[in-house]
Amino acid sequence: MAAIEVRDLAIAYGEVRAVDGVTFDIAEGEFFGILGPNGAGKTTTLELIEGLRRPDRGEIRLLGENPWPRNPRLLPRIGVQLQASAYFERLTAREQIRTFAALYDVPVRRADDWLERVGLSDKADARTEDLSGGQAQRLAIACALVHEPELVFLDEPTAALDPQARRNLWDLLSGLNESGRTVVLTTHYMDEAEVLCDRVAIMDHGRILELDSPAALVRGLDAPVHISVRGRLDVAEAETMPGVDAVSQDDGDTTLTTRAPAVVLTELAARDSLDGVRVHGATLEDVFLQLTGREYRA
Amino acid sequence: MTAFRALSAAMAKGFVRDRASVFFSVVFPLMFLFLFGGVFADQGQSRGDLVQIGAVPLVDDLPAGARDAFDQSFDVSRTTDRAHALEEVRKGDADAAIEMSGSTLVAHYTQTDQVKAAITQGTLQAFVDAANAAAAGAPPAFRFRAVRVEDESLKTIQFVTPGLLGWAVAMSAAFGAAATLQGWRQSKLLRRLQLSPVPTRSIVGARIGVTIGIAMVQMAIFVGLGAAVLGLRLDGTWWMAVPLLVCGTLSFMSIGLLAGAVSKTTEGAVNMANFVVLPMAFLSGSFFPLDGAPGWLQAVSRALPLRHLNDGMLDVMVRGQGWTAALAPMGILLGFTLVLTAVAARLFRWENA
Repeated sequence: MAAIEVRDLAIAYGEVRAVDGVTFDIAEGEFFGILGPNGAGKTTTLELIEGLRRPDRGEIRLLGENPWPRNPRLLPRIGVQLQASAYFERLTAREQIRTFAALYDVPVRRADDWLERVGLSDKADARTEDLSGGQAQRLAIACALVHEPELVFLDEPTAALDPQARRNLWDLLSGLNESGRTVVLTTHYMDEAEVLCDRVAIMDHGRILELDSPAALVRGLDAPVHISVRGRLDVAEAETMPGVDAVSQDDGDTTLTTRAPAVVLTELAARDSLDGVRVHGATLEDVFLQLTGREYRA
Repeated sequence: MTAFRALSAAMAKGFVRDRASVFFSVVFPLMFLFLFGGVFADQGQSRGDLVQIGAVPLVDDLPAGARDAFDQSFDVSRTTDRAHALEEVRKGDADAAIEMSGSTLVAHYTQTDQVKAAITQGTLQAFVDAANAAAAGAPPAFRFRAVRVEDESLKTIQFVTPGLLGWAVAMSAAFGAAATLQGWRQSKLLRRLQLSPVPTRSIVGARIGVTIGIAMVQMAIFVGLGAAVLGLRLDGTWWMAVPLLVCGTLSFMSIGLLAGAVSKTTEGAVNMANFVVLPMAFLSGSFFPLDGAPGWLQAVSRALPLRHLNDGMLDVMVRGQGWTAALAPMGILLGFTLVLTAVAARLFRWENA
């Protein structure tokens, strides 16, 4: 059964078509990513699905229910993380999550358990204003999950975090759908979607440009693979190797461009030239560039 | 119920831990209470400084009892240097210089402090009249005694407490509502709560409950400290100040809600609330009585909720009127609340555009 069904969803703010005819299904237990640059319509799509806005057009079913207008039957079954600062002022981390737990009639013990699960036990008595960006995000995610919702929405949970904190957060996020929970995540980081998501919808200008698993999207791109080895091969000779499309050299490295990496690697091995070999496949970023024809703006 | 309690606790903690809020809603108004009720109150009319030039038989030959009364009113220094005495008056070091010119007592005064000058003249005139009467040897046909209509023990503190308490409650209620609405909208907490199963009435109810609780604490501190330290006396139907204060709190919250609904930032909301509350406090007689104010100003002040709260509290706490005196102000305050809340609800947006 689909956890979320969206049909031909659209909303406009004045002249701007923020969301313009979006259709997709999200399966139960799926980790689903909505990827796109700022202003692509990700957050608005999320807000429409959550029932915060009324769509101009289209239909939404959330766990079989209509989210608009505010549906009190549905709200205990979903969890939301809007942004790190959506906290009560001047409360400690523990008071914060206990307050959110009380909103859902969840006992204090489970609130404290969640604090432990996101690794904030030693920060329990610190005011949320004094937490680091990564700690504040972990607390926000714990507050969204404290009532064990079947469906959880995370809106750019790693925005404005340093690389170290982002990777810490990925460890926490990657297990969220293990118990059959459905996770919907928006992000403008390609690598994040690639690591975390079962399927990704790439959005721009209020439309979905492509929707598939990250691997399938990259495969569909049919982009060449770059193989670099240390040492200077003879360029003319390398160009004649089977499968090689192009050869380039910079100080100390030779890079071969190919659509048949297995053949090229075997050939290099036969010549005993595999020193310091690195293989670069295409990434979601390449898919995005291909789809939108422009630099991705973070 | 759990949610309501948790929200109330969160809001109350948020207030108590905000040093600026606590200062401006409790400590700052208390400073005024002590200033008006303690320091200024005992500053009775100080003695006038009088310079006596040469011999003034009228003063010198006063009978012992009259001389005591004279010394209570004036601090007399003697000199024979007339020019120096007049210079002292001109510079304001002395309130008046007196000398005899034949049988006339001449007082030289400066117009700089008109009130002091008038009091000095009136008092001197009274002594001259009394001396005349004594010289005539006739018993006085009329006597004069001044009696205040209020309880004779009534002090300034009785009058300043209700007004300053009203101002303090107006500040905390209006700022609290404005800052909460705008701050929660900015941090998206309002959105987050909208996506939790908590009914809106629990959120609004918790905010109202906490604000009324703060007002009651303010009242307890004001009345308690006033009674313990400043000699405030409570009698009659003073307890009617409690429901009055509840109605007043609601009306000030509606001002804050409107400020929060209209403004775009928390700072803007607080500034706007401040812009309304401080002039309102002046116009409503929180700092000084409005009796001398022109008619149009009185009319303006009657459009302000704090004026009605102050009047009502004065009636039941000071003027000894029955509990029914509080009903009309309470009705006006609630009416004001309804109108302003309706306007705020129309202008309200879930998020900043």
